[in-house]
Amino acid sequence: MELKNAILELLRRAATDLPPDIEKALKEAHDREGEGTPARAVFKTILKNVELARKQSTPICQDTGSLIFYIDFPVGDTEEKYRKAIEEAAIEATKKQYLRPNAVNPITGKNSGTNVGINHPYIHFHQWDKDEVRIRLLLKGGGSENVGTQYKLPDSSLGAGRDLKGIRKVIIDAVLKAQGKGCSPGTIGVGIGGDRVTSYILSKEQFFRKIGERHPEKDIAELEKALYDDLNKLGIGPMGFGGKTTVLDVFIDYQHRHPATFFVAISYNCWAFRRKALAIKNGEVSYDD
Amino acid sequence: MTIKLKTPISEEDIRKLKVGDEVLLSGIIVTARDQAHKLMVEEKPDFIRDYLKESVIYHCGPVVRKNEDGSWSFVSAGPTTSIREEPYQADVICEYNVRGVIGKGGMGKKTLDGFKRCGAVYFHAVGGAGTLIANTVKRVVDVLKLEEFGTPEAFWVIEVEDFPLVVTMDSHGNSIHEEVLEKSTEVAKELLNK
Repeated sequence: MELKNAILELLRRAATDLPPDIEKALKEAHDREGEGTPARAVFKTILKNVELARKQSTPICQDTGSLIFYIDFPVGDTEEKYRKAIEEAAIEATKKQYLRPNAVNPITGKNSGTNVGINHPYIHFHQWDKDEVRIRLLLKGGGSENVGTQYKLPDSSLGAGRDLKGIRKVIIDAVLKAQGKGCSPGTIGVGIGGDRVTSYILSKEQFFRKIGERHPEKDIAELEKALYDDLNKLGIGPMGFGGKTTVLDVFIDYQHRHPATFFVAISYNCWAFRRKALAIKNGEVSYDD
Repeated sequence: MTIKLKTPISEEDIRKLKVGDEVLLSGIIVTARDQAHKLMVEEKPDFIRDYLKESVIYHCGPVVRKNEDGSWSFVSAGPTTSIREEPYQADVICEYNVRGVIGKGGMGKKTLDGFKRCGAVYFHAVGGAGTLIANTVKRVVDVLKLEEFGTPEAFWVIEVEDFPLVVTMDSHGNSIHEEVLEKSTEVAKELLNK
């Protein structure tokens, strides 16, 4: 039962308490916009909403997203134990209105009403050598998920080849096409290489990084910084009203690819970037962002 | 400068609004999403007609709580993506004499033409501001089609106070969404050639 309660609290925190690095980036974005502009008004509303949600313990956004769990667990534990606790916690969190029921059967159109369904919540298991548990959670909204996309290089319509220059081009194209529709300013996760599936997975995993956390390799870190500057020149701004901040950060990573393929997957996270983690060590539960 | 508006809104007042105006909206409005729009176009039901007259439609699938006395409260209620209603919106506005639509992401040409023809605007709410917007909902006046459509898709008739909005499409054929798309496309072209 204790595990279920710890996960319930993790869900509550994720839905109602925006991580400090995201809030700080939004505050800085607010300060950059001129007095009396719609962009500044939007940031003001966003920041007020973040504060209210935290105080009232109600969802920041009514779309409490898809539940994406990453679990690292010690040898000897069963996956089943975690799956059961997550499902019970999701059901209870939905009853308590921390979560909106967001699991819909695509064939019948029926909403399960509990956030539990086939492969929902999504759980990624990883066994490690440590004698402790780490559970990381993303609540990923549907509007921003709809603007995510995948490119196959070379892409002749964009003149994008199989190199860093080509990668840069498709990322600019993806953010241009998203406009304000993913609830900008967004955070961009990019997965280079792998196959159709793993490139998307890698792009999503970037959302466990914190704002300003650069890739350890210099070339990639520089591309991230250059793209942050370029994408903010697009002028799309918050909600697509026009403004100085279109993205909060760009996170890129890569993996080896098949010689014949070159995929670049781009995931978009809305400004309501909901990410939380918990650790269990010696029976003690602690939370982090 | 922020403009205060209260429903019912006259055609004259709505035509005074232009893109970029910040508005605080009060009065009775109605939530409607995909199933509701389909119904309004295909069957033109009368049960919603009085509520919609000179009022505003809100594209929203709220998180609601049923209180012990049977009444409802809005817990989190930000806007949903509006473009899904593009095939229906202009017809709904003209048929039901609606003065505006609240949502996010903006809408297309067909709706913009409808705004011009029948006197309505697009009010953009802040996507993701679910808690703040729910706090502006003072009471739930009525709910229709709840059983059939479910919570997110039902018609929620609500009274709001000082709901913060920005006009991004007006009744004179202007759209911030089109402007931003054009400008950002120009910038992107330069960046792509670098």
